[in-house]
Amino acid sequence: MLCRISVTFVDKDGDEKTIQVPVGMSMLEAAHENDIELEGACEGSLACSTCHVIVMDVEYYNKLEDPTDEENDMLDLAFGLTETSRLGCQVIAKPELDGMRLALPVATRNFAVDGYVPKPH
Amino acid sequence: MVRLSFRQTRLISRGFCSLRSNQISVCVVGSGPAGFYTAEKMLKAHKTAEVDILDRLATPFGLVRSGVAPDHQETKIVVNQFSRVAKSERCSFFGNTTLGSSISLVELREIYDVVVLAYGAESDRSLGIPGEDLNGIYSAREFVWWYNGHPDSFNMTPDLKNTDTTVILGLGNVALDVARILLRPLSELEKTDIADHALVSLAESTIRKVYLVARRGPAQAACTAKELREILGMKNLRVMIQEADLVASPADEEELKKSRIQKRVYELLSKAAASPRDHSSAEQKELHFAFYRKPDRLLPSEDASRVENCTSGNRIAVGIGQFEDITCGLVLKSIGYKSLPVEGLPFDYRKGIVPNFMGRVLRSQQQDHEVVEHGLYVAGWLKRGPTGIIATNLYCAEETVASISEDIEKGLIKPASCSPKPGRKGLLQLLENRNIKFVPFSGWEKIDAMETMLGAQGSKPREKITTWKELIKAAND
Repeated sequence: MLCRISVTFVDKDGDEKTIQVPVGMSMLEAAHENDIELEGACEGSLACSTCHVIVMDVEYYNKLEDPTDEENDMLDLAFGLTETSRLGCQVIAKPELDGMRLALPVATRNFAVDGYVPKPH
Repeated sequence: MVRLSFRQTRLISRGFCSLRSNQISVCVVGSGPAGFYTAEKMLKAHKTAEVDILDRLATPFGLVRSGVAPDHQETKIVVNQFSRVAKSERCSFFGNTTLGSSISLVELREIYDVVVLAYGAESDRSLGIPGEDLNGIYSAREFVWWYNGHPDSFNMTPDLKNTDTTVILGLGNVALDVARILLRPLSELEKTDIADHALVSLAESTIRKVYLVARRGPAQAACTAKELREILGMKNLRVMIQEADLVASPADEEELKKSRIQKRVYELLSKAAASPRDHSSAEQKELHFAFYRKPDRLLPSEDASRVENCTSGNRIAVGIGQFEDITCGLVLKSIGYKSLPVEGLPFDYRKGIVPNFMGRVLRSQQQDHEVVEHGLYVAGWLKRGPTGIIATNLYCAEETVASISEDIEKGLIKPASCSPKPGRKGLLQLLENRNIKFVPFSGWEKIDAMETMLGAQGSKPREKITTWKELIKAAND
């Protein structure tokens, strides 16, 4: 029975960092404990989307519990949202996630909440 | 002998120059999310940068303090991060320091290598309809400031006892916030950081019906799912949405397919329209969603001192000449904020923003000729217009800081000639000369401690201090 799992964070420049995460810890907490630059404006209270991470392999994404309405409401507002996006504060380490790879989203120039892309001025 | 001394002096001053030549002095005007994210990223990107954050209020954090609703405490947690920035070694906060009256833009640019304007939008779009300046009509911005204890709205005293109906024009998250605060049971507001004068007023409020009047349809609603879900789920609230309004045109369907946000909002509205919750409570309040209606005019009551009727015209795209009147005593305009220009700053009055390219302020924007104002930048609503969420400023600040870094690298900010700008020392000297008592971050911490202590007495997270005089006093105690 694993009590720590291996998780690899890939930042927007493609640099990778593999860390050990105790089972039961959120990815946000784990990132902060390992100096990985994952924003967490609301400190895990489901009131923002800044800890948005992309699960790089769909098999791992499918092993996660479905997001609640509350998490989906916040994901609506996340920048660079993908089909396998989750909030880092809601992804909790469990043995089946050993080896998971999480990408930090690339900042986009699309600042509009509703997906509208403004014409450059 | 004399010549030797002369040469020695010159050698010393050159040495002094190279020591200081890579220190960058930065001034950020505005301490909301745009200002703080910009400061944080500048400090991180430039290890010798010194950043000063100015705010005209004695309290920092902008709309996080004065805009986020009292029942949304988790959204305010981000101030912890901002506080760490303010308290970090190379950063200083200067409250009670106003661009324009305490110090001019020209002076700031003489004192600092880099100036970033992040002072947001403290005015409102206007409807441009007759009756707009009658009593009882406020912008949602002012109303939000009022219940959040902003010192500029202390004397607003909106009358919540003359009527049972409020009309809110607009359907963004701010419109939902003000509706929710008007409709929430008092017991749910009592334990929040809502300003005491607002709590007293709401306790005596006779408002039972709130209309949200939107120009467009449910597929274009500007609010987001979290806020909508929250208000639709409120206890003892009868939500009235007409099913006919929910019919989506082919163009609507296309829009909804492309946007996850719009789709989820539309689904929430559809569900609420199709299956209204069973209500039997007599104490019930009502929330009406009125789509495809544009305010035509605001009409005074008999004694011409308050708004009585609000006339709307159906279907915004082409007015179809149908009108309906809604009797009400309070109208809140929630149709958008607007930035204010400052002396010496280029301004686009049509868009209500400072003309800029990726955060670099543009002196003028002729056809094919953009002249950049070196060393002057914008971030946040002043740069992009008043839209987005707190996190939007994260990416906005990243872009502006990237532009600044590029400009520093190209030598556009620190010219080769050795006459370093005074930075923080210069600001301190100027403020002292003008006898301006700025509020340092430690002054805010005193206000914070006092508000927290007062709040604890009433089981509130804080009891806001709401007048200029008391804020300055608390900062200096």
